[in-house]
Amino acid sequence: MATIEITQPENIVRCGGAWTLGGISDLETRLDNLPWPAIMAMQFDVTGIADMDTAGAWLLQRTIRRLESDGRTVTLQGQRPEHETLLNVIKPINITIEKPATSRKINLLEKTGLMTWPHLQQAIGMLAFLGETSIAILRSVAQPSRIRWKPILYNLENAGFRALPIVGLLAFLMGVVISYQGSGQLQRYGANIFIVDLVGLSMLRELAPLMTAIIVAGRSGSAFAAQIGTMKVTEEIDALRTIGISPMELLVLPKVLALVIALPLLSVYADMMGVLGGMVMAKTQLGVSYTDFIDRFGEAVKLSAFLVGIGKAPVFAAIIAMVGCFQGLQVGNGPDSVGKQTTVSVVQAIFLIIVADALFSVIFSWLKI
Amino acid sequence: MTNSPPPQENVIEISNIFTRFGNAVVHDNVSMQVRRGEIFALVGSSGCGKSTLLREILLLHRPQSGSIRVFGKEVLGMDDEAALSLRKSWGVMFERSALFSSLTVAENVGLPMREHTRMSNALIEELIAVKIALAGLPASAGAKFPSELSGGMRKRAALARSMALDPELLLLDEPTAGLDPLSASGFDELVLHLQQSLGLTIMMVTHDLDLLWRVADRVAVLGEGKVLGVGTMEELSESPHPVIREYFYGPRGRAAWDKSWKQK
Repeated sequence: MATIEITQPENIVRCGGAWTLGGISDLETRLDNLPWPAIMAMQFDVTGIADMDTAGAWLLQRTIRRLESDGRTVTLQGQRPEHETLLNVIKPINITIEKPATSRKINLLEKTGLMTWPHLQQAIGMLAFLGETSIAILRSVAQPSRIRWKPILYNLENAGFRALPIVGLLAFLMGVVISYQGSGQLQRYGANIFIVDLVGLSMLRELAPLMTAIIVAGRSGSAFAAQIGTMKVTEEIDALRTIGISPMELLVLPKVLALVIALPLLSVYADMMGVLGGMVMAKTQLGVSYTDFIDRFGEAVKLSAFLVGIGKAPVFAAIIAMVGCFQGLQVGNGPDSVGKQTTVSVVQAIFLIIVADALFSVIFSWLKI
Repeated sequence: MTNSPPPQENVIEISNIFTRFGNAVVHDNVSMQVRRGEIFALVGSSGCGKSTLLREILLLHRPQSGSIRVFGKEVLGMDDEAALSLRKSWGVMFERSALFSSLTVAENVGLPMREHTRMSNALIEELIAVKIALAGLPASAGAKFPSELSGGMRKRAALARSMALDPELLLLDEPTAGLDPLSASGFDELVLHLQQSLGLTIMMVTHDLDLLWRVADRVAVLGEGKVLGVGTMEELSESPHPVIREYFYGPRGRAAWDKSWKQK
């Protein structure tokens, strides 16, 4: 523990103990309340200081400076040679504590602008990215030798094949739930067989593609953003550019193409599993046998319903892959930015998928499909 | 330099360390001592296990067998409480600075103080400014984020953070790696100045021959999993061992040697 006391009547300030980081925490408040004698020439006797580090040296120096700024003179005596060097190191240091600029008051208009502008910029950036990707796709179509099959296959396996269990399980459960919810209502009207229409149409047209897209957005869209974002932080993207490989061709295109292939396939699988789930539930709840169910299925569900559902999948796939890659490329220079952009990529992808789905519904109702 | 009684003479004692990654033997019976108040450097070619040894001292990696004593306490198999008190008594600077990117430089330096001491906020902020000044950074650097600093300034900020708790022992991993010659020589001066004025013990891993000639009191050469030689730079430069000779008498070693003689 560090100590300080003023001995009377000679008015000498005696310091002692451990003037170290651990020892000075109580000293600080005591120093503020110390009754400094009203004499101009102060004497500090520091013979008793056994230990001193930069924190202690600073506190002593600060005390001396404060006294000197009152017009007094301070003399030190009894300091050990190693403490003397330390004090000499601290002595010339002039500190100014720089605060990060405090935010001033901003009015509503400015706030609105500040909140809108980044979104606008993001939309423009996204549009530019869509353009770049489209050009890259057209270029690969013109020159098929430029397509990189290896990363496409890799992404097909990771984003497509490995998603089968989770997509299958969730679609099955979704079929079970719809069938269960519908069975009570249909039973009341004795329209048990219409469970086939309910499950078939809702799964094939809407739920299977939408749910698959949402699962893949969470599973792969985030992975795309995190991978590209990390590569951005470690300057790997810049390295690719300097080597003369376009990150667009190596990183973005294969992901977009792989997902455009994988998502419709996954949706078909989800269709099957969903209908299967509905079928199981129809039998247990409504007594609709499997053969009756399949017979009715051909009449109730037209090919167009299936195609409408599957037709949406490539659009959803493009949204997921492009948002993931775009947000990955938006990563700044810090690791926390990777996490932020990954979250943004998932939220944005799901948002855009649902908006696109709504647009599809409007278009299909115009076309009367 | 302070002369302490014999049991405290060695700040770090490494004995018979054996480390293996899979089948690759990194350390085969490595022993060395770091004495109080000296600047001890660990050198060797890339991949010879210098940084691994440093990580083992820092309780970040466990060797297969051996003993590492820091301030006289065995660190291998140490309990959490003892490890915490040990961690408060050393300062570590990592090769790539490892500053927390979401905090400003001042917050980075202040983090250990706020975590481990009971000082008032005002005093901590003053001490942060003192450490930043000691590390040779302008006061304006405190409010900046690490990503806004140059490589050399980031190293200095990392040094300021490593000194936050006024440690007796500083461990530096490649302190001058990635710095331009001017910043690197400024860093040499800084390390020397701090060691002399604060009476620190410094152990560092480095490739920088200029730094070795200018600041290191003793140097250990690691190679082939063993300690090939320990001594002052003058002693090592006369060593007959082929690896050490190649290390010090390669073209760059030669140049650094000439330079150090011209300065003396």
